This record gives sequence, C-alpha cells and structure tokens, in this order.
Amino acid sequence: MIELNVNVAKVNVAVDPATPLLYVLRDDLGLHAAKFGCGLGQCGACTVLLDDTPVFSCLVPVGALGGRAVTTVEGLGSATDPGDVQQAFLHEQAAQCGYCIPGMIARAEALLRKTTTPTEAAMRAAMAPSLCRCGTHMRILRAVRRAASMRGGGVIDAAEPVT
Amino acid sequence: MATRRSPARRGIAVALILLAFAALAGSVLAYRPGIAPIDRPDPGAFDPAVVARGANLARLGNCVSCHQASGGLPYAGGYPIRTPFGTVYGSNITPDAGTGIGRWSRAAFSRALREGVGRDGSHLYPAFPYTHYANLSDGDVDALYAFVMTRPAVPQRPPANDMIPPLGFRPLLAGWKLLFFNPHPISVDRTQSAAWNRGRYIGETLAHCTACHSPRGLLQQEKRGDRSYAGGWSDGWYAPPINRQSPAVRAWTADRLYTYFRTGLSRSHAAAAGPMGPVTFNLARADVGDVKALATYYVWWIRDAPAAHGSPRLPDRAALAEQTHPGGAMLYRGACAACHEPGAAMVVAGRPVLPLGTPLHEDNPRDTIQVILKGVRPPVSAAGPYMPGYADALNDEQIAAIVAYLQVRHGTGPAWTDIVGDVAKARSTGQ
Repeated sequence: MIELNVNVAKVNVAVDPATPLLYVLRDDLGLHAAKFGCGLGQCGACTVLLDDTPVFSCLVPVGALGGRAVTTVEGLGSATDPGDVQQAFLHEQAAQCGYCIPGMIARAEALLRKTTTPTEAAMRAAMAPSLCRCGTHMRILRAVRRAASMRGGGVIDAAEPVT
Repeated sequence: MATRRSPARRGIAVALILLAFAALAGSVLAYRPGIAPIDRPDPGAFDPAVVARGANLARLGNCVSCHQASGGLPYAGGYPIRTPFGTVYGSNITPDAGTGIGRWSRAAFSRALREGVGRDGSHLYPAFPYTHYANLSDGDVDALYAFVMTRPAVPQRPPANDMIPPLGFRPLLAGWKLLFFNPHPISVDRTQSAAWNRGRYIGETLAHCTACHSPRGLLQQEKRGDRSYAGGWSDGWYAPPINRQSPAVRAWTADRLYTYFRTGLSRSHAAAAGPMGPVTFNLARADVGDVKALATYYVWWIRDAPAAHGSPRLPDRAALAEQTHPGGAMLYRGACAACHEPGAAMVVAGRPVLPLGTPLHEDNPRDTIQVILKGVRPPVSAAGPYMPGYADALNDEQIAAIVAYLQVRHGTGPAWTDIVGDVAKARSTGQ
C-alpha cells in the first residue's frame, strides 16, 4: 500500500510504485479532472500541483511522491462551489473543448500561489507548458489575469485590462 | 565550511599569488592608451554585403550566447558567465553610444577583439575569448564591425561584474596575458583540404570551441597541446572530449557532425542540450560551406577516438541494474520509460535510444543529471527534440537513483561516485 496525500485527504492505494500519478488519480481515486493527453510530458493536460509546484502527473511515479501534497482541480472547488481561478475561467468562457483546462487551472493556481502580481511575460511563461488545441489561449490568458485581480493582485503590464 | 576550503581554495590562493607576480612583471606592459571616441557611424554607410558576411561570422562565433541575457535583446549583453573568480557579465555590443560600443572606432573594435583591450585602454577579462579572436583576419574584423554597428542600438547597462578581490582591478589582467596570451598565427596546412583549413580557422578563432571543450588551468587558461579538446565545462554542463578521448559510442562522421550542427540532433548520438543548444541554433543559420568545414575539421580531431574504429554493442544490463538499483529502476519505469524504453513511441519515431547518447559514457554524471533536471528544449526550431525537466517532480536522491540505475544499465565509463552530491550541486548553483 502506498499512502498519498490528495486534496488534503490521506488515501491508500495498492499499486505498483512506478505507476504514474495520473493513472492513480483517474483509475483508483476517481478524480477525472487531470487528463491523459500525450503521456510524454509534452502537452500539460495532466498537470497537477505537487505542494505548490505544477508537474506533469503522467510522468511522476506515485512511489516518488513521499509526503508531498497533491492538488487536483477537484481540490480547488466544485461545480456548485467553484474556486476563484475556476470562476475566472468560467467568467472568461476560457474552455472550448475543455480538455486542457484542468491543467491550465492547476498551472494558473501554481503561478498565483507564487505571486499575485506576475508580469505579462512571467504569466505567459508559466502557462506555456500547457497546450490548448482549440486555440482559446487568449481567453485562458484573460482568465489568469482575472484570477490575479480576484486575489487582490493583477498582471503587471497586462496586454489587456480585466473588465 | 572548512571542508570546502581545502584544495580548491588553496589552489586559487596560489593562483592569485602567481597572478600578482605576473602582474608586477607585466605592469610595465600593462598600460594601454585609450582610443578616441567617434560619433556612431551611419548604419547606411556600411556595404550590405559586408554586413551579411559579418552576420554569418557572428553566428559562427555564437556571439549572442554571452552578449544576450535570458529574455533580453540580442547583443545587448547581461548574460552571467560564472567563473571560480567571480561573475563576468556579457557586455552590450549594440551601437548604443552610452551603454554599448557606438562610439568605438574600427580600430578600437579590432583591438578589443584581437588584443583584449577596451576602447578606454582597460584590459578585458579572458571570459571574452580574445585569445581566439587574435587570429581573425582583417576582413573578418571589418565584417563583424559592420554587422554590430548596424544592429539596433539598445540602451542597456549590463550588471557590474562581481569578481573576488583583487580581480576587480583590471591591470592584473596584464599579468594573465603575459602568462597565457601568446597567439600564434594560424598557418595554412598544405597537407589538408581547403575545407579542413577553413574549418580550423573558424573553429580556432570565431567558434572558439576549445573555450568549452578543453580543460582549464588554475587561472582559467585553456590547456593546450595534448589537452586540447580533452573536455571542459560550461555553465555547469560538461563539454565532453572531442579528441581521441571522446567517450562517444558511435563514430562521428563529417555528415553526422554536419547534421548535428544544423539540426541539433544526431540520430546516432543524441540531441544538443545545455549550452550546445544555442550553438546549433546559430550554426543552423550560418553558411552551409562554413558549417561543413567545421564538421570536416572536428571529425579530424576525433578521428582516433574509440568509436572511430568500430561500434561496440550497446550494453543493456537491465536485470543487473534492476537488482543493484531497485529504487532507480522503479523511478525510471514511471518517469522515463514511456519515451526512452526500446520500443517506446519516441524511439520508434527515430529519437536515439539512451545508450547512444554520450552522457552515460562520460567520466562524470553531470550531463546526465543536468538533462534530467532541466530537460531538453528544441535547440534549433520549435519542432525538435524535447524533454521535460524533472527538477520540480523529483528530489536529489530520486534523480541520483535514476542516474545510478542508468549508468549500471547502459554506461561504459568509470563508475560514478557521490551522484547525490553532484545533483545537489547542479541544482543549488546551476553549476
């Protein structure tokens, strides 16, 4: 048995420690927010937070987690009670097909935990590892700017104002 | 910190004393006059053909690697070059009058390149490889001058150098020059082809390949003679030997080397990573004939390496490695195998398998560690070899466990020791 700390709850799973965290989240814990995209650490759809840092969960063996806290989008809010970053994504209608969005939200959350006043360039660099195949990047960036404002900060030299 | 003081610190102290004596001896020669400032030359006055020639030379010389900060503008300086003696920042070589070299005459520019003396007469730190540029032809100096003087002027002052005392005192550099700066003109070797001779000229002057690929002495002078190209360091990455000591397990032919230079990937070796990435970015955009010449010359350097005389079977001691490093094996299966295991999609798509890469065969684990920590960015264009970094996903012990597992499984060099310590060093200092 491997003990994991997922969304502030301790859970035990009986899996090979080499199993990627993503598979355990989806198949063993029923947390379906993080998605399987490429399985190669290239697309970012599987991004979750390890402590406060975004990682590709498809390439992190559960045996490597130690006591680190895993946070998925389910840990940031729910459909009936969305968290602030989720509210910002909803407000900007940032999702088209939505497949990349949980990874985008995890990445935005990590950025805003580090600073609520990133520069536009820093925000783009932080979001860059996650790809969106529908092309809603501009809405996603708007959502991140909005989320920064909702946390009492804001993107310095923002390319567009939050309205 | 007593443990860290011992041999390296003592070595540096001895080196500084040596340098002080040399400086004393050299002080008579130390004085160099300033060269009068000029008004910035009219960019339109330069012959476009000469500017284009200079652009090619600047790519061959990889000038932007040091004269551009991360996220900064080309040639505006600010890149930190970390040495055991402190940090030197690449200068602004755009034609801005106040912060760049806009007021430098052609004579001042030439003296800086070939003698390591700034326009104001101060000696330049040898982090700027004038020891190589000393042999540049007049025509190439003209072309480089035309090129930099026609770049957009960027007003930006790089951070002040941060050298350990007393090395902020530049006349000491005259002593260094007395000891180590004695350029020999590069003559034409009639027994070699025109391409070889062109490659030697470019490689030994502009491209200054030995700056990373040769070991350095106590005072950071490049070791020459039979230590030329015997492996060196760049920004915390190991630049492997590219002479007869090359640890590569597949032969470098001129074609393979040319392809590597132009694409950042050799299918029979690996992708260009670390500081070699920007080198291939620039070579991909340089003159084809010149890059072929470089390949001709460096294949000659590496001609007596073991791989030149036959391709050994690549070891795959998977069972043994699993047995000796079960933790590393587990982490490899979960973090690495999806791309690197024989039969994985990336391998089927033509990416070289792990044991083809030189890092696992080097005499130290640093490149393997750096690749895992930092990953690989496509070196030449957006589409290219990519690997995510694991600095945030795995801790030092975990990365060391994977490295140890990989060496047992695929390595052919001497067994690595204190891998955890080396991961910690690579992570904490970037060096």
